[in-house]
Amino acid sequence: MAKVIEGLYYCESHEYVKVEGEFGYIGITDYAQEQLGNVVYVDMPEVDDEFSAEDVFGAVESVKAASDLCMPVSGVVVEINEALEDEPELVNQDAFGNWIIKVKLTNPAELDSLMGAEAYQSICK
Amino acid sequence: MNKTFYGKLIFELSTPGRIGYSLPKMKKNDYCVSELPNHLRRSKEARLPEADELTVVRHYTNMSNNNFGVDTGFYPLGSCTMKYNPKMNEEVAGLSAFSVLHPHQPISTSQGALELYYETQKTLSEIGGMSEFTLNPYAGAHGELVGLMVIRSYHMERGDSKRTKIIVPDSSHGTNPASAAVCGLEVVEVKSTAEGTVDVEDLKPLLGDDIAGMMLTNPNTLGIFEKQIPEISRLIHECGGLMYYDGANLNPMLGMCRPGDMGFDVMHINIHKTFSTPHGGGGPGCGPVGVGPGLEKYLPNPRVVKNEDGTYSFINTETACGRISGFLGNFGIIIRAYAYLLALGKNGIAEVGPLSVLNANYIKEKLRSHYLLPIDGLCKHEFVFDGLRPEFGGDHHDPNHVTTLEVAKRLLDYGFHAPTIYFPLLFHEAMMIEPTETESKDTLDSFIEVMKQIAEEARDNRDMLKNAPHTTPVRRLDDVKAVKNAKFKYFE
Amino acid sequence: MHRFFPHTDEDIKQMLDVIGVKDLKGLYAEIPEQLKLKKELNLPEGMSEIEIRQRFHELTDKNKELVCFAGAGAYDHYTPSVIPYIASRSEFCTSYTPYQAEISQGTLQYIFEYQTMMAELTGMDLSNASMYDGTTVAAEAAAMCVAAAKKRNTVLVSETVPAYIREVMHTYAKYQDIRLEVIADQNGQTDRDALKNRLSQNDIAGVVVAQPNRYGIVEDFTGLADECHATKALLVINGPASPLGSLRTPGEWGADIACGEAQSLGIPLNYGGPYIGYLCTTNALIRKLPGRIVGETTDANGQRAFVLTMQAREQHIRREKATSNICTSQGLMCLYVTIYLSLMGKQGLSEVNTQSYAKAHLLHDELLKTGKFAKAFDAPFFNEFCLSYNGNVDELLNKCAEKGYLAGVKIDDHKILFAVTEKRTEEEIYKLIDLVK
Repeated sequence: MAKVIEGLYYCESHEYVKVEGEFGYIGITDYAQEQLGNVVYVDMPEVDDEFSAEDVFGAVESVKAASDLCMPVSGVVVEINEALEDEPELVNQDAFGNWIIKVKLTNPAELDSLMGAEAYQSICK
Repeated sequence: MNKTFYGKLIFELSTPGRIGYSLPKMKKNDYCVSELPNHLRRSKEARLPEADELTVVRHYTNMSNNNFGVDTGFYPLGSCTMKYNPKMNEEVAGLSAFSVLHPHQPISTSQGALELYYETQKTLSEIGGMSEFTLNPYAGAHGELVGLMVIRSYHMERGDSKRTKIIVPDSSHGTNPASAAVCGLEVVEVKSTAEGTVDVEDLKPLLGDDIAGMMLTNPNTLGIFEKQIPEISRLIHECGGLMYYDGANLNPMLGMCRPGDMGFDVMHINIHKTFSTPHGGGGPGCGPVGVGPGLEKYLPNPRVVKNEDGTYSFINTETACGRISGFLGNFGIIIRAYAYLLALGKNGIAEVGPLSVLNANYIKEKLRSHYLLPIDGLCKHEFVFDGLRPEFGGDHHDPNHVTTLEVAKRLLDYGFHAPTIYFPLLFHEAMMIEPTETESKDTLDSFIEVMKQIAEEARDNRDMLKNAPHTTPVRRLDDVKAVKNAKFKYFE
Repeated sequence: MHRFFPHTDEDIKQMLDVIGVKDLKGLYAEIPEQLKLKKELNLPEGMSEIEIRQRFHELTDKNKELVCFAGAGAYDHYTPSVIPYIASRSEFCTSYTPYQAEISQGTLQYIFEYQTMMAELTGMDLSNASMYDGTTVAAEAAAMCVAAAKKRNTVLVSETVPAYIREVMHTYAKYQDIRLEVIADQNGQTDRDALKNRLSQNDIAGVVVAQPNRYGIVEDFTGLADECHATKALLVINGPASPLGSLRTPGEWGADIACGEAQSLGIPLNYGGPYIGYLCTTNALIRKLPGRIVGETTDANGQRAFVLTMQAREQHIRREKATSNICTSQGLMCLYVTIYLSLMGKQGLSEVNTQSYAKAHLLHDELLKTGKFAKAFDAPFFNEFCLSYNGNVDELLNKCAEKGYLAGVKIDDHKILFAVTEKRTEEEIYKLIDLVK
């Protein structure tokens, strides 16, 4: 059974945002990593790239599947998780601990339209 | 098998000083590559092998022994139509009177080649119920792309520029949406019904003046005939779109139904599937595109035409969708297809469809006791099982259930190629079986026997399947390592 | 029944019984009557092998073999007898894409060898498993540049890239919404000032040049890669494969993508196909690379083995988001190239190039001596060159064809492109000189 953490924001395409002040950490959920299987590559954007909510900002790839990464909220990339370049499998080991990008939120109001843990849990079936 | 050669790469068999070629000597040579300025010449020698002729011959002969082809054994790879490749095709394709022809030689000196090309176009037009064919596309995917270019050219020439969406069933092969995207079209998926066919009610709301057309295989990827095709064609045409026929599944239709008569405006044919040219380990293929009346002028340049005086020539037109190949496509493959079409003739072609359907239904009925048949009824040239039945270890709720992959790998031990697996995506454990018309009842019976035996092993001796294959040249491969420790060439 | 169909009447009856259908027509019972073919196909009766041979005799009599001094994308190099012999082995010929790696090591291994050889020849990090031909790889390379650049969609192509390759690139670009701008040629070479000027607007995804170019000229690309990279554009070099054995490689020029036609490595002319396109790139661009790729790994016994890999880029997984719609490699043609390079090896390829270079330069100088030709450009060339003719080009080419010689390829009303390979003898060269005098 996939893990879901309280206090994060979730979207239907299985990304989460963990908010800290004006910043958000975005990654894929535990459920998403389970569905993908062994992650072998994470395609990440560059720092300073700007995205709107629902934009594709990268992709995660397993041996037999690949999935686009979609922005749950709008933001400007301030940091990427460089550890994933060499060890993409960290996403499998701990999806919530290994966020993919850190963004400066440009429209925090969008968070209100995202799901909480309970609502997200119910779509993971 | 010769262990000295087996497992080595040609680079590991190389010894400095050995050669495997012969060239005539020049009588007199006043010119040398070293006259080119230094900075225009490569500074590092390419590390190519150095080997004598026999070493090379043994090396590749041994490698071929690690391969499985239609001539080796039964190859029921769904959607790939792995029928027998007649040897006569190879004989005529090897004729030097074709292989020495340069694509730029004057057409007065290549009339035989052009006649063959033209005759093949005409024959395919008759078989497909189309007005004209181009043989330029190199493969099925290339044909799809060219067919979609024709559709876009048709709309663009009419100034109908907002038709940028193409409808594709959710059960379609991945190539359909990929070709549409490469052609600049936005893909709209239409859902399948529980019976696996296009959901016409789901289709209706998608229609509008932004629809360029719809791509469909018929029978579809589940091997089921889309009975509603007249209605679907009508709906698409009414909204101003064109119908595209993906010829991947044309084989069972031969002699029975023609795409043109079903309402399709544009189609491609996978020559390497339907018309028996060798699959060659992945290529070269050939993907001719046919069009209905009024669309001929959009076919790609150059086109081969017959003149009033009976000679043949090329034409290039402004209205064409463009140029999509260096020359006239994979001519060597077209020669093979022509020989096959001559060999079959009208009666032979008409027998292909029914016999391929007979073979598929026979396997389906014989194996449904052991494998899960998700959709009942007559199939056409192929059908899909959704893995093993629960009583044979296929129960999805059992975390240790036997998967389709494991059944496929075990089949290799018995000397059969595996079916297409995990496609279409509509089922978790899809196993798509296409026997083709060239397989005998005896072959099918032994395949059925083995499939039942594997089901029994799945029930009684699961480890046998979990670790399969056991007797193949190599065992199961580490896919994750291949990506993570990526190595695509011998030299670091 | 036909020789390709094994079914006896008894087989059919037994099988229909199992299915529960009365006759073969019954297998199509669900199909609406209006869709069924009501007539016989308007085609001839099937033929026996003897009749097929006769038909092919009729056809081949209508072709004429010419002594070939033409190139322009198709080169008359020597094909060692071993190649068609091995490539016709049905284990290679009648197999398909190596999905089941355990029983496809033959195909997978030769593709791995091919990838190694092409990476060596081009001086690039890696090669894919091959594509259709030298034109479609150029179109794919342009799309790669745009995909890598993300927000740019303009690609520059030098006018010195052969016209038919540019036509295919334009066709693909038109539908993909890629802007393809042509950089004019200057004296037969890429106009570097114009190129640099256009690059300076900082909106170019890639630059495509040819080596040797459409006139056979070996262009000097010194500084070109730096100029491209300074504006974040990628550099693509397209060219026939055989000269790579001697010329400065795309890798040495600093290219990001090397692509072109590899027919010149042992594949017969075949009236234009099947040929094979090579596409090589740098490690940085691997995930933008279209087509199949074979990688090394190990099997359950720890033994070295090969497998299709990096498949997450491909259409069967990514559908409309794939790097390309291509499904296959050029399979058997890839085997042709691999065996060719194994047999020819280091020394053989070098000798092919030495002889092609020498014979082309001999023909060039002898043609000038006739007084009927003049240099079209003053630039170094390899085994193909362009001259101006002071008469009617079509008449000359037709006259030579009547005498059994394919003298060259018409470039325009005044120019002819000649190519010479190691197969041409000195006698044939002088015979051609006599013909054009």
